[in-house]
Amino acid sequence: MVKSIYGVEEESKIILVYIEHTKGKIENVSLEMLSKGRELADQTGWELKGLVVGYDVDSLATAVLENGADGVILANHWLLENFTVDAYSHVVYSILLDLKPSIFLLGATANGRDLAGRLAVRLRTGLNADCTDLNINLDTGVLVCEVSGFGSGILAMIEAPIHRPQMATVRPGVFSIQENRLARSGEVYAYKVELNKDQIQTRIIEQIIAEEVDLTSVPVLVAGGRGVSGNFEALYRLAELLGGEVGATRPPVDDGYIERERQIGQTGVVCSPQLAICCGISGAFHFVVGIEKADIVISINSDPDAPIFEFSDYCVVGNVDSVLPALEEVLLANKEVVYG
Amino acid sequence: MGELHIVVCVKIVPKPEEIRVDPETRLLNREGVRSEINPPDMNALEMALKLKDEFGARLDILSMGPPSFEPHLRAALAMGCDHIYLLSDHAFAGADTLATTYTLAKGIEKISGVDIVFLGEESSDGATGQVPPGLAEWLNISQLTLITDVNVDLNQWVVQGRREIKGGYEILEVPIPCAISVKTAANEPRFMDFSRKDWAFDKGSITIWNASDLCVEKEYIGLPGSPTIVSDLAEASVRERKNIFIKGDADEIARQLANIIQSVI
Repeated sequence: MVKSIYGVEEESKIILVYIEHTKGKIENVSLEMLSKGRELADQTGWELKGLVVGYDVDSLATAVLENGADGVILANHWLLENFTVDAYSHVVYSILLDLKPSIFLLGATANGRDLAGRLAVRLRTGLNADCTDLNINLDTGVLVCEVSGFGSGILAMIEAPIHRPQMATVRPGVFSIQENRLARSGEVYAYKVELNKDQIQTRIIEQIIAEEVDLTSVPVLVAGGRGVSGNFEALYRLAELLGGEVGATRPPVDDGYIERERQIGQTGVVCSPQLAICCGISGAFHFVVGIEKADIVISINSDPDAPIFEFSDYCVVGNVDSVLPALEEVLLANKEVVYG
Repeated sequence: MGELHIVVCVKIVPKPEEIRVDPETRLLNREGVRSEINPPDMNALEMALKLKDEFGARLDILSMGPPSFEPHLRAALAMGCDHIYLLSDHAFAGADTLATTYTLAKGIEKISGVDIVFLGEESSDGATGQVPPGLAEWLNISQLTLITDVNVDLNQWVVQGRREIKGGYEILEVPIPCAISVKTAANEPRFMDFSRKDWAFDKGSITIWNASDLCVEKEYIGLPGSPTIVSDLAEASVRERKNIFIKGDADEIARQLANIIQSVI
């Protein structure tokens, strides 16, 4: 059988979380993994460490400790200012060989997946992608990853019992961030990065990062499917009225009616709003997983047999085009009564 | 530099819209389900075909699976590809990402002289997106992932790609050879060229390689080459919902909905 570069007998009982950050801010998925990692570390008595790679990133160490880590490893270098998979995989690989963590977690983001995919091959180890839950078998120390299969209600538990590190990418939004934790007095270790320009083949010609929409933590989600026929205006008005955001199923995204970052579900965002309002959505399973964490689901669909109603608390058989304007009117009128 | 040599990696998957979940057992019912080229791979194929249109190129398909995949792959010949390589051996079965990327890499090495490898963003039945970077790593070449648009500079021998990232995009440049994963729905895949159809399905050239043809190391393929094991399958717990139907005319429905909404938020 294929052997990993380091094995079980050489591992350290460490859960290492890769901390992704943009413009000086830590990505939510990294904080979510720290919260889950803390829980696993407390169960096993292992150490939880955060790994921050970048340039001028010292200031992020405190936030990593405040979110539950026992220690932080900083890899600072001017050639790491922007993510390139060449430079980042080189640095993270050498840190992994020094530290030999039992578990290494990354967010299932564009860069997280790039990095994880290359490192798993370089380390000759297993990689569980886009995990929706993580557990450690307390008898064996083996990480059990939950992965949801094929747009369906099937969950697979996958493990890599004899290869190290046990790698997984975690889907954004599946774990919640435990806030108001006392900062742990962990060690901040500055890793000595050895990197030169010749090791980087990728050139960044241009980079545009606009204001991003983060649907994972919105209080109200107004989502539209094929049934809104590409007309999202009424949904945006309703979302604004309720202090929420607009999301969509895959077809309107594929058809270019709405940005891909607003896609909800298995290949999109998993949200946990207090309220989700589904407009003209049939209810395919790969969408429904994206709203399963919603406290209350309201659905409006003209087809009385639409599967979405099974996944809804309040169901309206009707046309979105007539229900939404009427609803908007009532909400506006009620608002005037309160504030008028 | 000679002619550009492109390989598109293609997976044959069951059609997602034909897969049903048995409501009782909650298991996938694959009975009578037809197969197709993984839809994201069609976007990779289209991007490669556009480069062939622009520069002229040798364009090959590489796939892994049983010989029964052959007719599905022939559709790619009819779209404009030149040759098919199918890696087929019982010893390849049960491969996870590590073993799959290793086997594909050995296939690309055996094809030899490949400049650009195109792949879909992810497979519709696995959806891990980990094959493109893994393959690039085995081949020790650069990668561009989630690319929506590509430019090849044959003088500088580099590729520029527009990569989708959270909240925006970036333009990246890497040297050739490289692996490129194409963002799903980045383009509109073309139909089969009917003038190529007879050739594609009758004569069109296809090469099938087994494990010994590829000179693979046995412990790197199939189950032995796969560190991950599925230890358990479970039903996804479906959250209980109230399923209350609200009836009445639009105004009455709106009034009730507003009350519900205002009690929730």
